[in-house]
Amino acid sequence: MALDTEKNSYTVIFSIIMVIVVGSILAGFANGLKPTIKANERYEKQQNILYAMGINENEGPNDVEFIPTDRVEAEFVKYIKKQFVIQGDEVIEDDQAYLIDIKKESAKAKDGDYQRRLPLFLGEKDGEEIYVMPVRGKGLWDAIWGFVAVDRTMKIQGVYFDHKAETPGLGAEIKQRFFMDDFTGESFLDDGVYSGIKVAKGNNDPKNEDKTDQEVDALAGATITGDGLSVMLQKDVKMYVSYFKKLK
Amino acid sequence: MGLLSKKDSKLILDPLADNNPITIQVLGICSALAITAQLKPSIVMAISVIFVLGVGNVVISLLRNVIPSKIRIIVQLIVVATLVIMVDQVLKAYAYELSKELSVFIGLIITNCIIMGRFEAFALGNGPWKSFLDGIGNALGYGVILIIVGFFRELLGSGTLFGIKVLGDSVEKTGLYAIGYENNGFMVLPPMALIVVGIIIWVQRSKNKALIEEN
Repeated sequence: MALDTEKNSYTVIFSIIMVIVVGSILAGFANGLKPTIKANERYEKQQNILYAMGINENEGPNDVEFIPTDRVEAEFVKYIKKQFVIQGDEVIEDDQAYLIDIKKESAKAKDGDYQRRLPLFLGEKDGEEIYVMPVRGKGLWDAIWGFVAVDRTMKIQGVYFDHKAETPGLGAEIKQRFFMDDFTGESFLDDGVYSGIKVAKGNNDPKNEDKTDQEVDALAGATITGDGLSVMLQKDVKMYVSYFKKLK
Repeated sequence: MGLLSKKDSKLILDPLADNNPITIQVLGICSALAITAQLKPSIVMAISVIFVLGVGNVVISLLRNVIPSKIRIIVQLIVVATLVIMVDQVLKAYAYELSKELSVFIGLIITNCIIMGRFEAFALGNGPWKSFLDGIGNALGYGVILIIVGFFRELLGSGTLFGIKVLGDSVEKTGLYAIGYENNGFMVLPPMALIVVGIIIWVQRSKNKALIEEN
């Protein structure tokens, strides 16, 4: 049987069949893999939070090694003592706080009256209290986000940054060890006043030995990602300041 | 190659050198510029394109007699997009780390002109086995250039390969840096990829004069 592939009716029928076939293949695929993908995303959050606290499997000086996924859930429970949700003046304990989608929260907060829910994790490492906050902002191409671990005085104990689509070799370097490690020791408060931390070009401190300048040396070729990162830290950490002020 | 006839092995080998999609046909340049700042993404991109182009060519070739010619470009796009989404989902479920590393590039495969080019120019007019070989060959030709460019850009731009510092430490001034060597920051920027590709084209044409076009 010779098919007349030029007929309009054939074209329409072909398209309908194709849409149904492709649609069901993809839907089946996505549904089948969804639980695995969701679990991966949950493990990743736990890994990132622990990494910011300094709990990782780093060996060499350039490693960024997380706790492996098969152990991360147990380690997370072990190190994270409490999880809070801060909403306005209210502070509620909630052991699922790490699953709060801060992207959705910040979108809702644009509506005006909505008080956004801020997750905060209290961890304990070597007897020291560490507070971990999620942050999220814009890089050059797409979202950047991360977790910032601080002590009671808002001095950074560790950070973890990640990005959706920054350029490899340029903006994507924000998740490299040498960059993230530079933040450790810097403080968000300058004489008790909140001032954020800047990713600065030409601060004459490439080895980042000055920990009181509230500046971290920028990455070459990644100006916009760096600026986005400064804004992200400035804005998102600021929301927690009142909580930390009360702690003292 | 004992497994393949002479004609078949030509399908694989031609795009590797004398009919290379990047250096001769100048296709797929966009992704070659965007992702070659480091070696690892270059290699993973090459592997993903090999899969998508190999399988995609076979699918299009099998369907070539039933695809209505009026909407063939749309059909081709849907085949690529479906394959790419499947790759993306499988990576997310079983190789999460890797999928994050690649993030947007997997999606970018859809817009890679080599893929549409091969569907249109080859798979629509040839059988599945030949199309498969053609797909693999062209993807390999693309991958080879990507890896060469990625190698030089990462080595000269950051002094690393696969993230390992092979030339010494630029901050601590060890290895090559001890005698005054400096990384060329320009290499990590996209324009240098174009220049590196240009140098490859120059080398290739000066070795094989038959490739030089008459004006």
